[in-house]
Amino acid sequence: MRRVVVTGLGMVTPLADGVEETWSRILDGVSGAGPITRFDTSRVTTTYACEVPFGDGSDGTFNPDTYMDPKDRRKVDDFILYGMAAAQQAVKDAGWTPEDDDALERTGVLMGSGIGGLTSIAETSVLLHERGPRRVSPFFIPGALVNLLAGQVSIRYGFKGPNHSVVTACSTGAHAIGDAARLIALDDADVMIAGGGENPISEIGIAGFNACKALSTKRAEDPTKASRPYDEDRDGFVMGEGAGAVVLEEYEHAKARGATIYAEVLGYGLSGDAYHITAPSEDGDGAERSMRAALKRAGIEAGQLDYINAHGTSTMADVIELGAVERMMGDAAGTVTMSSTKSMTGHLLGAAGAIEAIFSILAIRDQVAPPTINLDTPAVETAIDLAPNAKVEREINYALSNSFGFGGTNASVIFGKV
Amino acid sequence: MSDIADRVKKIVVEHLGVEESKVVDAASFIDDLGADSLDTVELVMAFEEEFGIEIPDDAAETIQTFQDATKFITEATES
Repeated sequence: MRRVVVTGLGMVTPLADGVEETWSRILDGVSGAGPITRFDTSRVTTTYACEVPFGDGSDGTFNPDTYMDPKDRRKVDDFILYGMAAAQQAVKDAGWTPEDDDALERTGVLMGSGIGGLTSIAETSVLLHERGPRRVSPFFIPGALVNLLAGQVSIRYGFKGPNHSVVTACSTGAHAIGDAARLIALDDADVMIAGGGENPISEIGIAGFNACKALSTKRAEDPTKASRPYDEDRDGFVMGEGAGAVVLEEYEHAKARGATIYAEVLGYGLSGDAYHITAPSEDGDGAERSMRAALKRAGIEAGQLDYINAHGTSTMADVIELGAVERMMGDAAGTVTMSSTKSMTGHLLGAAGAIEAIFSILAIRDQVAPPTINLDTPAVETAIDLAPNAKVEREINYALSNSFGFGGTNASVIFGKV
Repeated sequence: MSDIADRVKKIVVEHLGVEESKVVDAASFIDDLGADSLDTVELVMAFEEEFGIEIPDDAAETIQTFQDATKFITEATES
């Protein structure tokens, strides 16, 4: 199998537009939560979320015009806008814009979304109901389909390699990166753009997750305290939005062109819970098998893991994941640092695995584990360092990123220092 | 220029993101103004919306240029 490394990073998050802009806020423990501005929240239970800060592009704000012409943006759901922005940043960061046919045909895109154009579908349904089918835009379907993010990125750059997409709820971003790495390892491509985008902060999105009893509801007074993984007072996840993308590349290919190598994709594990549509199996068996599969593929022992970016959504499931990690780590539990960056970004659903993979990669680059903020009263005792409220500077050679999704779909990706 | 032509031009400029000066009578939406087949469907929908008319699919297929559009709409709104 060929070795696969990461040579480009891109992200749009509720903290900022851009990787370094987001990362500096993550290390400072900044929350991206606030009152919802995207729609009138008077009819829904949860009135706060982590929204991407739109602006003129200064001070980390997200200026959509930087990434898509207004006339093109009008034709797509914002999950594609965010994904396009993250992909463009990653491609630019990697310095990979080939022009010859061979290179373009060996470069592919594998990006997904948890739900895709949910907001567009809701808005178009209302239009259909009120004004009839003749008012439905020809751009509605291609602007809402999950795989059109990968399609749009390929069209922008002329990347003619594998064009694929993942839809595995909150595991989407992790599966996209893991699957894309395998396409390179198996010689189907030399370079892959991988990641996910999500745009769920709409009335139907919030109403739907409220109905599942998945969202935090009781912190409208101070939304920045709402996402509090592992804390006794957590009451559900805080919705986020945005996108993350990485450029993955075959190791010799990256070396030959003198690319900056951030990390190596060492292991990738997948499992299914076969238990419940929204709840994880109570014994954490699926999570544990996913992590163990990644370890086996990476050829390392659990005790060698230095940092784990937890799925940690700030729901009851946090302690189930923690239990699975404790069992996997065994006697080495005291040597690993595990944090949930969702305490700051909220939960980006299909983009979460992508941005958290990037945080894991940056943890290796900068030898620092990001904090879990709002962890004031731990719900359970554990030997594992959860990096409560402050980053932890430490040696990090191996980092694992966990993502678990509705339907019992689990993915773990291990990155290693090169 | 007629009021109808002005309004059609505004829609074309907005939807296709082209310079106003390019929207001349003989300008083909697809060949000269960069539209694809989906853009032309959306343009026709925008004309219907703006002028409160219905443009049947077979008629829509004959609207290829700026002049085709203004002519069709002028006739449709007069009748």
